[in-house]
Amino acid sequence: MSVTAFLTDSTLCIGCKACEVACKEWNQVSNDGLDWRGFSYDNTAALGHSTWRHVAFVENTAHPGQGGNAPEAFTWGMLSDVCKHCENAGCLEACPTGALVRTEFGGVYLQPDVCNGCAYCVVACPFGVVERNPAEGRAFKCTFCYDRQKDGLKPACATACPTESIKFGDIEDLREEAVRRMNHLHSAGFRDVHLYDPQHTSVGGVHAFFITRGDPRAYNLPPNPEVPTSYLRKGWISAGIAAGLMLAGTLFAFYGSNHE
Amino acid sequence: MSTSPRGEEREQRERRLEEIRRQAQEHALIPFPDEHENSFEASAENGYYGMPLLKRPQWTVEIPIYFFVGGAAGAAALIAAVGEISNKDRDLVRDAQWLAAIGGIISPALLISDLGMPSRFLAMLRVFKVRSPMSVGSWTLVAFSNAAVASAVLGELRRRRSIPGVPVLTRVSQIATALTGLVLATYTGVLIGATAIPVWNEHISSLPVHFATSGLLTAASILELKGHDSEALNKIAMMAATLETVMGATIEMRTTRVEEPLRHGISGRAMRGAGLLSGPVPLALRALGMLSKKNKPTLRRAAALSSIVGSMLTRWAWIKAGHASAEDPRVPLQLEPPARSQKDESLF
Repeated sequence: MSVTAFLTDSTLCIGCKACEVACKEWNQVSNDGLDWRGFSYDNTAALGHSTWRHVAFVENTAHPGQGGNAPEAFTWGMLSDVCKHCENAGCLEACPTGALVRTEFGGVYLQPDVCNGCAYCVVACPFGVVERNPAEGRAFKCTFCYDRQKDGLKPACATACPTESIKFGDIEDLREEAVRRMNHLHSAGFRDVHLYDPQHTSVGGVHAFFITRGDPRAYNLPPNPEVPTSYLRKGWISAGIAAGLMLAGTLFAFYGSNHE
Repeated sequence: MSTSPRGEEREQRERRLEEIRRQAQEHALIPFPDEHENSFEASAENGYYGMPLLKRPQWTVEIPIYFFVGGAAGAAALIAAVGEISNKDRDLVRDAQWLAAIGGIISPALLISDLGMPSRFLAMLRVFKVRSPMSVGSWTLVAFSNAAVASAVLGELRRRRSIPGVPVLTRVSQIATALTGLVLATYTGVLIGATAIPVWNEHISSLPVHFATSGLLTAASILELKGHDSEALNKIAMMAATLETVMGATIEMRTTRVEEPLRHGISGRAMRGAGLLSGPVPLALRALGMLSKKNKPTLRRAAALSSIVGSMLTRWAWIKAGHASAEDPRVPLQLEPPARSQKDESLF
């Protein structure tokens, strides 16, 4: 099987949240209550241990000819967010137990039976995706439907999406598809579309890229995500210096007081 | 929740009710009030409604306590080994060894308490990953705890009986404890520095030094409180407090957005208090002690106590700063100020 990816296209999303429902049902992720957030039609708020797909609703003021002509109504940008399955994944690198692994499809899979709940992956993710379930102690995130992919099926969210806003397939094919789609949208007059696929940073590309209406930052997609292992060199050099200082200071204190 | 607002807020909300009625009468439509719309907009200026982009560190309060205990234990092992080699004070070496051993026993207990069940700690020992500071730290802690307890027990044996081989083994285990102790006292800085939390990774070069200094300061102070008046301990504490003063001043002078949690809110106040208690305060007390011979023991004890409290507060302040930093989407999104004001007033 080839290396796979998601292409999530906000220009096709109708905000139905079928992906959220399908994900929860297929993966048997527990119900986490209903909190009224007051952010447009979004009461899910963010990805987390019990939310592996999250539809963001971004309201924009209307421009004539785009998303309705009534000047007092606003337009919606909707985007289904998901774990990015980074090429250099912070969570996978940080995991001390080997619970997080790279699958044969290129995704990052968290084995719940190995996870010990140390919560280090939580602070290692530059996208704020993985989270520890406070009730039972282990961390959870999108599995990229590893079980379904092994059976040759599309992930649950992509299967349930009624508008093909969530596309799933071979990563190279989808990258080409994304470029084709961007060109089409540009030629159709959509000047505010962006392709979000951070290949220029230490994350080194992702297995879930997005086409957004408007600035990706409005959907909480960071412009320059960095994998935290890129700070390791500086950190260990500093630890070496710190250990050297401790040793030198202690030696000085003991040998320097010899003559008293 | 159900108490009615009073004073100015009351008047403001009454005015709003009248405004809603007027709008309903005139337009049959009630638009969002302006200030509401501005503060909760999702846009390139605000991010996603000002919602945090990163996840808050989810460690329980046991983790900053572990940073404190582990740092002190690691530094105590170093004091024991150097004290032994320099042939200074047998009692000091013995107490330092026990301090390291007790810290080596408490530390895994704190980590297990954070994980929830003892068997989960064993999963740490499934693999060794050089690129994961959590993995390196877990293995270091296991090695340290074993070596520290062994050297304390062997040290006792050496004091009481003369068994061939025991003195050599004691020294070997002491050196092993000190070497792993050096890693134990410094790796925690790398652990939190090599994360996506902006205020931590911004300071990855100073965090290990800060934690090592505060570990050494704690170990020396605890031994002083135990009753040791060795000049070496005083020197260690003076040097560490000087370094703490410099680092505290450096933090105060940094004014970037990333470092806001180090100067504002609960974490900022804790960091300032921690800096004072482990830097200038003990330094001044020790300097006073040098001037007046009569009050020296009291002043040294006061300095030691202040240092211990300051060091514990340092670890807690750094963790709380990470919480505040994770809540603020402006740095990872590279937004221009201001987004929604961050809230970091909750205590774990």
